[in-house]
Amino acid sequence: MAPDRDIEIELRLLIEAIYLKYNYDFRDYSGASFKRRVRHALQQFNCNTITALQERIMHEPSAFMQLLQYLTIPVSEMFRDPSYYLALRQQVVPLLKTYPSVKVWVAGCSTGEEVYSLAILLKEEGLLERSIIYATDINPRSLEKAERGIFSLENIRTYTENYQKAGGQRAFSDYYTAAYEGALFDKSLRENVTFADHSLATDSVFSETQLVSCRNVLIYFNKALQDRAFGLFHESLCHRGFLGLGSKESLDFSSYAKRFEPLVKSERIFRKA
Amino acid sequence: MNTGTLDSLLLSRASALEAVVIGASAGGVQALLQIFAGLGADYRLPIVTVLHLPDDRRSQLAEVFQQRLGVRVKEADDKESLQGGTLYFAASGYHLLIENDRSFSLSREEPLHFSRPSIDVLFESAADVYGPALMGVLLTGANEDGAQGIATIKQLGGLTVVQDPADAQVPTMPEAALALGPADFVLPIPGIQALLAELNKSQC
Repeated sequence: MAPDRDIEIELRLLIEAIYLKYNYDFRDYSGASFKRRVRHALQQFNCNTITALQERIMHEPSAFMQLLQYLTIPVSEMFRDPSYYLALRQQVVPLLKTYPSVKVWVAGCSTGEEVYSLAILLKEEGLLERSIIYATDINPRSLEKAERGIFSLENIRTYTENYQKAGGQRAFSDYYTAAYEGALFDKSLRENVTFADHSLATDSVFSETQLVSCRNVLIYFNKALQDRAFGLFHESLCHRGFLGLGSKESLDFSSYAKRFEPLVKSERIFRKA
Repeated sequence: MNTGTLDSLLLSRASALEAVVIGASAGGVQALLQIFAGLGADYRLPIVTVLHLPDDRRSQLAEVFQQRLGVRVKEADDKESLQGGTLYFAASGYHLLIENDRSFSLSREEPLHFSRPSIDVLFESAADVYGPALMGVLLTGANEDGAQGIATIKQLGGLTVVQDPADAQVPTMPEAALALGPADFVLPIPGIQALLAELNKSQC
């Protein structure tokens, strides 16, 4: 079992090096999938050992930025889990409409698919103009892509189906123009979006919000870091504010379990208790 | 070693086992119902199963199996600790992994072998955690998911069981595993069922 013990040691050293040198904190990420991603990165970097990879990223910041792309999970789609967006539209939006202005935080927004989905939803409900959406992520390249608002045309059919199932009221094609490089989404959708670098592991709350949507991000965190994130959401949300999680995420194992109550249990939409 | 006899090898290893992982694809529902038929609530080990299903369908697997089995059945939740006497299914649309503290984590990383959950992902993470205290079982299926996982379990000292390809509804998956190296047991479904039951008797 010696080689495996070595890998555990090397992984911890790599994570520590990344934290000390670049201030990205992966120390409380779920270990098993993080290890998978590092092993995958080893192949891409042609490194035989994690220690060799550590040597590279210590002395080449550009190599670290490349590694970061393997360590974060930029897999997303528009209106993913349409029933989630339908529930937001039917059960959360009517309550959001009672506020003079609405602030939404999409935490871990990756390349922005969820941000544009929410913007479309809020626009159709007449809320977008008095809303601010904070879209945050730790990966600057993902944020740049999100800000450009260009998505691959090959996924548009799936997105269109999702949009319709999510209660979409128009033709999905109203929101983008097809260009040779992809589907360019309407600028008006992101006029009220602020894209920002923010880490749930190291940063603090930056604004009061009415809705936090953080989907398929917390599964990559261990319980301690999940609790930290729930703490930030709790602090950020206004009295009776809303929290939406991924379809397999829950507060059940968190010390915040009693500080949120389910609003739409099947869609993992909660309300501050 | 490659036959249906369970005796000496198993006796020496079974009491050290802490978990069983199982992978199945095409034809898997029937095979799983058969191998689990005798399991009761007193079963010592946690059993964790990946069964390939369409990504867009919400899984009713746990309910379907619970109605027919004596053992407790549930979908594995993120951060949940593994318990003996429980049969866990991986949720549809997510990879399922096991952490060093013997709890589950989920992941939405890219599918592997067009599969999410992937058998390889579960098997490799479980082998990392349990080493020789793991038994891996690979059943019928039409792709190559699980073959590398079985090889990793074996390499890290665990026990491996592959369904006899001649007995499998679709032999591709067990054949792919055997092509990478021999398994500790190559058995038809009744043999695997007996083996799982035997593991419970041989506890110390």
